[in-house]
Amino acid sequence: MSLAIALAGNPNSGKTTLFNTLTGARQHVGNYPGVIVEKKQGICTSRAGQFNVVDLLGTYSLSAYSLEEVVARDFLVNESPSMIVNIVDASNLERNLYLSVQFMELGIPVCVALNMMDVAQKRGIRIDIDRLSQLLNVPVVPTIARSGEGKTQLLETIAAQIAGNKEVVPLKISYGMDIDVALDEMEGIIRSDKFLTGIYPARWTALKYLENDQQIIGLGKKKNPEVDACLLSVVKRVTRHLDATLGTHPEGMIADQRYGFIHSILKQNVVTYAQDPNRLQQSDRIDQFVTNRFAGPVIMVAILMGLYHFTFTYGAIPMGWFEAFFGWLGSVAEGALPDGLLKSLVISGIIDGVGGVLGFVPLIMFMFLGISFLEDSGYLARMAYMLDRVFRTFGLHGSSVMAFIVSGGIAGGCAVPGVMATRTLKSPKERLATLLTVPFMNCGAKLPVFVLLVAAFFSENKALAMLAITLVSWVGALLVARLLRSTLIRGEATPFVMELPPYRLPTLKGLLIHTWERTWQYVKKAGTVILGISILLWAMMTFPGLDLDQKQVFEMKRIKLAQGMTATPLEEIKTAEPAALSPGDLSVKQGLVQIDMQEAQAGLKNSFAGRMGVGLEGVSKFAGFDWRTNIALLGGFVAKEVVVSTLGTAYSLGQVDPEETGSLSERLSTAEGWGPLTAVSLIIFTIFYAPCFVTVVCIAKEAGSWKWAAFSVIFNTALAFGLSVAVYQIGSLIMS
Amino acid sequence: MATIKLREMQVNQAGVIVSVKGTGELGRRIRDMGLVPGKQIKVQGKAPLLDPVCLRIMGFTLTLRNNEADYILVEVN
Repeated sequence: MSLAIALAGNPNSGKTTLFNTLTGARQHVGNYPGVIVEKKQGICTSRAGQFNVVDLLGTYSLSAYSLEEVVARDFLVNESPSMIVNIVDASNLERNLYLSVQFMELGIPVCVALNMMDVAQKRGIRIDIDRLSQLLNVPVVPTIARSGEGKTQLLETIAAQIAGNKEVVPLKISYGMDIDVALDEMEGIIRSDKFLTGIYPARWTALKYLENDQQIIGLGKKKNPEVDACLLSVVKRVTRHLDATLGTHPEGMIADQRYGFIHSILKQNVVTYAQDPNRLQQSDRIDQFVTNRFAGPVIMVAILMGLYHFTFTYGAIPMGWFEAFFGWLGSVAEGALPDGLLKSLVISGIIDGVGGVLGFVPLIMFMFLGISFLEDSGYLARMAYMLDRVFRTFGLHGSSVMAFIVSGGIAGGCAVPGVMATRTLKSPKERLATLLTVPFMNCGAKLPVFVLLVAAFFSENKALAMLAITLVSWVGALLVARLLRSTLIRGEATPFVMELPPYRLPTLKGLLIHTWERTWQYVKKAGTVILGISILLWAMMTFPGLDLDQKQVFEMKRIKLAQGMTATPLEEIKTAEPAALSPGDLSVKQGLVQIDMQEAQAGLKNSFAGRMGVGLEGVSKFAGFDWRTNIALLGGFVAKEVVVSTLGTAYSLGQVDPEETGSLSERLSTAEGWGPLTAVSLIIFTIFYAPCFVTVVCIAKEAGSWKWAAFSVIFNTALAFGLSVAVYQIGSLIMS
Repeated sequence: MATIKLREMQVNQAGVIVSVKGTGELGRRIRDMGLVPGKQIKVQGKAPLLDPVCLRIMGFTLTLRNNEADYILVEVN
């Protein structure tokens, strides 16, 4: 039988490293029921027995203020694991024990893994482990998770403790006279009324009432309003008394006393320092340079450019393999299947769809590898620290920068890994605002659209135009974030209070596991939905197509073209190499290609998407868009570069390769209804309108609700349309 | 000896926390990280735009925004 144990501890205490050391690759990620918080589990087999290990989230406390902490607490109470393995950073003992004390207050068996013993030793920190264990009344095992040292002893201690089946008494510490008296009184009430005693220890419930813990108070109110009111009146009395006499409140007092309790333990010769504990460590000396007022920002820009380069230059190499593979698959299908709908479905719907999903995989892998490195090394926290002042102005968090850069803050990124990069943000409101605004950045797929339009209308000032486009997207994204944070996602900024962990070299194992996990989740969760939508969009651009009569018209054209020009059968001309044809046949072949393109244009115009495009012309004309542009923009929902190829079809130029837009940009520069103003309007619209559907799916997954995904489609499109109309109308007025 | 707000401390200045105001989530978060009366702190640096502030407490490094530092009173020499 396997024993359930839960790993818990402060962030940066080496918890994840220990989890990886214990479980190896035998782990999987799920969700806690009903919430989007991740639950990591793994199996650990050893001589001491088999353990089912749950990696609880890294937290500093067990308050009710964050979802993570509530989830961790609920898990401990409801699933009651056989033991909490509390990872404690030996080089940072005092603060780490604050969480341990809260576990002990809850009365669940705890075993302390005193981790990073090597770091502590290097800093001249000596810990009397037996004494610590004796004073805390829990087993303490020294470990070094990175090297696996202490792992066997830890598992044996856990197994022995569980087998010993010792009864655990909740830790009782003094929180000061006033609170202790109130606690006794409340504990009496709770016991006599059996108030929540089936779930929580009586004194703990009383403590939570005094801490003004909204989760427990809410639960209590539902359970028994009378007892609840009675307890709250005691709390009110103590609160008033503490405010009058000491100018504090119970919650503050309790936290202060927990630290007092820890301090009193450590003072009993548990910890001795061979050097000043606040002496500058190597890490601090690095920081004096890396977060320096002047050097810091320069280094940060260099690192961001490096990450960007790493993701999009090296990630492009395997991405090319994927593309080549799906291109090859497409050509095989091309040859194997007869012309017709099935072929179109297989090639344009399924192969392109699957290719579209998997095409992002290398980018996601490379990005997570880079970000995990920055996160695990401790640099990400420094970046948040340096940039917080700027991003806070717009209701975001210093850590938001990463998502913006990856999405195309430096033109050419991708919003799919960008949206996923918001995972490094721990503040829920700031995170949501970030993931809703990163799609405004100029991703690599929007660039061909801009290149096309700039080449056609602003060829003298290409560089300047591209710079302006980047600036517009940044300003727009930040202002929209500000708007969201003062309306829909309103609320106080989440407290910033953040630890700067010492710089550490990340472990390769940790990086690989993290990267693999994220990538696999993307493939698994997003893959199926994206494939479905891809087929749906293919259908919209294909059906109902031309009816027989309409097809007949084009067929007649072909026959007419050939009449008197050539005696060679048309089929033969179509398939022959141009060099092998006589001049007369060659001109027939060119004519045929023209007719094919006209037929494709007519087919597109007659499809559902085409009809929508035509139908929307009445509205879109205010922004300067005709039906061709409308269809192209609808196609852009598949992927932004499709705007270019669809415009090509709509202008009867055939499918235009987004990399080779010369012919299309020439055509546009002379086309009716087009001018610099239309181009500006379309550029603005392209920056701001609905993200591509892959991004939309990712937003739904990351925000935990399809509501936000729908919001981003509707709101962004409305915003884009409003801005384009404003630009086009005001521009028209000035120009006339 | 003078009591000033944490925000007003200079880089490299040390002191002892006298009181921590602030209730609710912010008050709790500040205390959870060990910013409680009696603790020694030293300002280690400030971000490029002089906010947030970075300080040393109990042997580790902590950063907080200036408007959060306003809740903390420190006794300095």
